[in-house]
Amino acid sequence: MIAYITRRILYALPILVGVNVITFLLFFIVNSPDDMARMFLGEKHVTEQQIEDWKSERGYHYPLFYNTEKAGVEKITKTIFYIKSVRLFVFDFGRSDSGRDISFDISQRMWPSLAIAVPQLIIGLLVAITFALLIAFFRATYIDYWAVVICVALMSISSLFYIIGGQFIMSKVLRIVPISGFDSGFFGIKFLILPVMIGVVSGIGSSTRWYRTIFLEEINKDYVRTARAKGISEQVVLFRHVLRNALIPILTGVVVILPLLFMGSLITESFFGIPGLGSYTIDAISRQDFAIVRAMVFLGAFLYIIGLLLTDISYTIVDPRIRLG
Amino acid sequence: MLGACSDGVWNNPYPSESGTSNVIYSSFSERPKRLDPVSSYSASEYQFIAQIYEPPLQYHYLLRPYTLVPLTAKELPRVRYLNDNGEEVYQDQAAEIVFSEYTISIRPGIYYQPHPALAVDDENNPFYLSLTKADLKNVHTLDDFDHHGSRELTALDYVYQIKRIASPFLHSPIAGVMREYIVGFDEFRSRVDELYGDKDAAWHDLRPVDLAGVSTIDRYTYRIRIKGQYPQLVYWFAMPFFAPMPWEAEKFYSQPGMEERNISLNWYPIGTGPFMLTENNPNLRMVMEVNPNFHGERYPSQGEPADFEAGLLADANRQLPLVHKAVYSLEKENIPYWNKFLQGYYDASGVTSDSFDQAIQFSSTGDVQLTERMRNKGIQLETAIATSIFYMGFNMMDPVVGGYSQRARLLRRAISIAVDYEEYVSIFANGRGIASQGPIPPGIFGHIEGEKGVNPYVYDWVNGEPKRKSIEYAKELLAKAGYKDGIDAKTNRPLILNFDTPAASSDAKAQLNWMRKQYQKLGIQLVIRATDYNRFQEKMRNGTSQIFQWGWNADYPDPENFLFLLYGPNGKVKHHGENATNYASPEFDRLFEQMKNIKNSRKRLYIIQQMTEILRRDAPWLWGFHPKAFSLFHSWYKNVKPNLMANNLLKYKRVDGDLRKVKRAEWNQPNYYPLILLFVLLVVSFIPAVVEFYRRERSAMK
Repeated sequence: MIAYITRRILYALPILVGVNVITFLLFFIVNSPDDMARMFLGEKHVTEQQIEDWKSERGYHYPLFYNTEKAGVEKITKTIFYIKSVRLFVFDFGRSDSGRDISFDISQRMWPSLAIAVPQLIIGLLVAITFALLIAFFRATYIDYWAVVICVALMSISSLFYIIGGQFIMSKVLRIVPISGFDSGFFGIKFLILPVMIGVVSGIGSSTRWYRTIFLEEINKDYVRTARAKGISEQVVLFRHVLRNALIPILTGVVVILPLLFMGSLITESFFGIPGLGSYTIDAISRQDFAIVRAMVFLGAFLYIIGLLLTDISYTIVDPRIRLG
Repeated sequence: MLGACSDGVWNNPYPSESGTSNVIYSSFSERPKRLDPVSSYSASEYQFIAQIYEPPLQYHYLLRPYTLVPLTAKELPRVRYLNDNGEEVYQDQAAEIVFSEYTISIRPGIYYQPHPALAVDDENNPFYLSLTKADLKNVHTLDDFDHHGSRELTALDYVYQIKRIASPFLHSPIAGVMREYIVGFDEFRSRVDELYGDKDAAWHDLRPVDLAGVSTIDRYTYRIRIKGQYPQLVYWFAMPFFAPMPWEAEKFYSQPGMEERNISLNWYPIGTGPFMLTENNPNLRMVMEVNPNFHGERYPSQGEPADFEAGLLADANRQLPLVHKAVYSLEKENIPYWNKFLQGYYDASGVTSDSFDQAIQFSSTGDVQLTERMRNKGIQLETAIATSIFYMGFNMMDPVVGGYSQRARLLRRAISIAVDYEEYVSIFANGRGIASQGPIPPGIFGHIEGEKGVNPYVYDWVNGEPKRKSIEYAKELLAKAGYKDGIDAKTNRPLILNFDTPAASSDAKAQLNWMRKQYQKLGIQLVIRATDYNRFQEKMRNGTSQIFQWGWNADYPDPENFLFLLYGPNGKVKHHGENATNYASPEFDRLFEQMKNIKNSRKRLYIIQQMTEILRRDAPWLWGFHPKAFSLFHSWYKNVKPNLMANNLLKYKRVDGDLRKVKRAEWNQPNYYPLILLFVLLVVSFIPAVVEFYRRERSAMK
């Protein structure tokens, strides 16, 4: 197991380098360091000298990948890519282009993201599994048929529509919760209700369908047939045997997204004014703050790799027949 | 639980005590990047720092035209003009004036807000100016410091801030402008660079380095010496760039460990103004509360005649500020912003395109008025023409549309007639704007209303109003320019022009199509070259654009701030200035140099008229339009008068908290019956499942 984990971590290194290179290329194709300086310094009365000074203070005065003016190893080390990327691998995110400590900001802003994402995940999971089991119980009936139709309809609606519709109905027409905002502590719960509810409803169609498929696959297996042959009721078969075995793919599917919960949701956070990492990333992109963009992309890629690794490990825990080699 | 939070109103985003309190509730859509007055230069930043920092002057809240009055200064600056020998000369001896000297005296007894940088012990030793990293172990915000102190504002603080503008390490956006004028500016920069450039010094102490043109005379008086004349300098004295900065604050923030904790001047401002920032969370909320050390100021007792009728002088001579707190919530999206305003959770609002039809309607006579729904809520509307201009520019370096030949002028004039900006404003700005007759917007000296102010190359004066010349006349001009029916007589091919724009979104498509149709009226084919804003700027800097659209928002209410956009030595390509069209007319430039140095007078107006005539004749711009700002406010929000120059307006505002509480409760009673209905429906929807379940059970038993 340890050898496997070590190998996976080593595999992750070239992936992270690749992600970094792609982020770097995409960012600097659209924005030059001059553009970034102008964005930061504003448009009025800015001189070329001020732009040069701004770049040089932040290390953006170097070439992107290869410095022909330097000798030896400095041809590589005195480049924007090297200066901005190497420290990421020891999780030193450095300072944003506006001078703030990125690690500190991440540590502050991940909590609002988690405050939305965790209840959304748990409630969404419970609701979707319950519905999927019910549909599986009534499989091949008109209930199953209409439930699938409703699920497909729910999946077809844009998440933006759920947000705007939810805000309109719950906050404007019914006036039950605030339309947007965030706060900490007990008072802050009222701000979580609507985004969590919308997150659950918008995801219910796809997850219910997926879990239904898993349950139906499980229902047709031999051990279920044996259980039925023994005279065990359909409810007991479904809730005791099928559910337990179907949890393996469900849990492994959940484990992969667990680390990404930190990253927040871009649209939800923007519409509800939630100061999480999703809006942090969006703000950085609109401000052309490369330091934050690269840090967040790196963090996202790293967490995704961790998620995949945890999935593999979770397989071995829930199914002892599996060995990682 | 929801009801318990906030007086029975469930959707209140504020704590329950918020209703009646003397607090203003507002919003911001863009987080401020910097709160240091040396570098802040955007509206999103001025919204906050203008309430905290106090430059020596400010704009009178009610008087128009915009009038400068003292803020921390005792009086307006005294100006002396000096010749090369340092002898005083009169202003009308312009040829002899080599220096101008501004002397500013500030009022004694003004104190800074409480701040740890100014905290001292009984022996006057600062508590927190020699900190180590270890001392900051448990410090995360300024509130974590036990001691907060204050001290009196002195002239030295103003001088220190001007040195900060000149510092090569602080990147003040106005350093480029000020180096042209302030004596010794470049030398100061060089010396600071020599002193600190090679060292990794955390604090660049600017006190020991002399800036020749700026000095203190006594504890409360300082002097600024500039090269030649620059009468517009006084307007800069009303901007936060020239607000005081105590050196202790700079030293405090530069100590080891502060930066890692994000404790900086950009995050924690320190000023003498009526408010201080008590919560700075630009990702969620900014809160300002009254500065307990505020020196006191009275609500103005003078105003325009209409101000008396509008009740704007009801608070005359009252002690400012009139509210004790202002809460600004981050609101990035228009829909929640607008709905919260309608629910009474924001006291005032702008009018976005999304909400325009809900809020505004035009009467049969074309007058703007509120819809019935808004009137029923007691909402009021204020409009003001912004001191801004959105124009379409021709690159004067371009061989087709540029240049100063009669052919090029006629081509540009024909296009000026064809592009119908009245229609543009009506379609794309919901009527919020007026077509421009020249570069100077209403409210700025040099703008002339009525027949005399009309651009005769584009409009006729018919029945008491300007009427755009006919398209037939424009076609005649085009034919004279050598492009009959849009065909280039030299090549016998259609005239194709390129329009560079950063507007590449789907929303902009309708505008660009409209623009194409305007050119088609003349038979000219307009090619849209849409790109991102960075590439667009690059084209402008390189002079590779042909036609473009841009805008300008006034820094100060002086015609110089608009006419300089067409001054030759400000050309963008050659001089990296703000003259984006690269227009260079020796005649215009000569008049500009005369005009910029004289006070508003008949003589100045005459020169401006001459300059405007040259511009209209040459037509380097399609004069575009001046936008009109619409703002809505609730009945409990008092003392609202648009002032497009001043930013420190929060202190004048007042709220009727009792009325607000009543209205909020009236408008936001929860309606939970549909939820009960929804629950019942949900239960009913399970009935088929239950029926099916029992059917199965029965069939299994059989």
